[in-house]
Amino acid sequence: MTVSELIERTGCTPLLLSEGDREVTGGYAGDLLSWVMGRAQSGDCWVTIMSNVNVAAVGQLTDCACIVFSEGVHPDEPVINAAKLHGLNLLLSDKSTFEICAEVGALLK
Amino acid sequence: MTENEPLHFHYDVDGNNFTSAGEASVQVKRMLRQMGFHPDLIRRISVAMYEGEINMVIHAKGGDADVYVTPECITVVLKDVGPGIKDVNLAMQEGYSTAPDNIRSLGFGAGMGLPNMKRYSDELKIDSVVGVGTTIEMKFLPA
Repeated sequence: MTVSELIERTGCTPLLLSEGDREVTGGYAGDLLSWVMGRAQSGDCWVTIMSNVNVAAVGQLTDCACIVFSEGVHPDEPVINAAKLHGLNLLLSDKSTFEICAEVGALLK
Repeated sequence: MTENEPLHFHYDVDGNNFTSAGEASVQVKRMLRQMGFHPDLIRRISVAMYEGEINMVIHAKGGDADVYVTPECITVVLKDVGPGIKDVNLAMQEGYSTAPDNIRSLGFGAGMGLPNMKRYSDELKIDSVVGVGTTIEMKFLPA
């Protein structure tokens, strides 16, 4: 499943789609950035409510396929700017972290 | 590149700007990718280095990051003149943190920094003196 397909199937709103064809191979949910860095895998759909600029750095360093800001969280402007620079995919959702993870998990099966 | 002549890259880690922390790691990631190192190795190095950068910004008002690259080994040296680590064994435990609340609200300070650096490096050396500073050397060996 590509990021574009994930958007279509989950109803997430694309905030920044740098690489819609990027393959989603797994998922991770978390807001403690060191925890995420230690455990998220390349190709993951990372679901978080953390919205500061460090999220872009962590997304870039872990090489995740996309970052989903759940629970109606909208990231700060510097996140978007940094994500543009690094070619990240940023998605928005009003759903809870649990709901989004359950949906993405089902789609990945 | 030969073992005797590593490529050397130097970065200043700005201690006053928490939001720019990670710039050196991102540059190193890009540079190593251009050199053709394996993505898993690059990921280990850049994540460990980012944790180090964050630590320097949180605790030590910044410092110096030096990266030495040979085909056989990548060495990252992070040096600061911060307060030093009182109890290194304690600091190595997952979940132990002395980071202030404002840092925690940004998603750091979970006590995972040093453990992650150990997890991702092949060799981690911590040289810290209270009141003088901390030097961390991490070695990464391509598989």
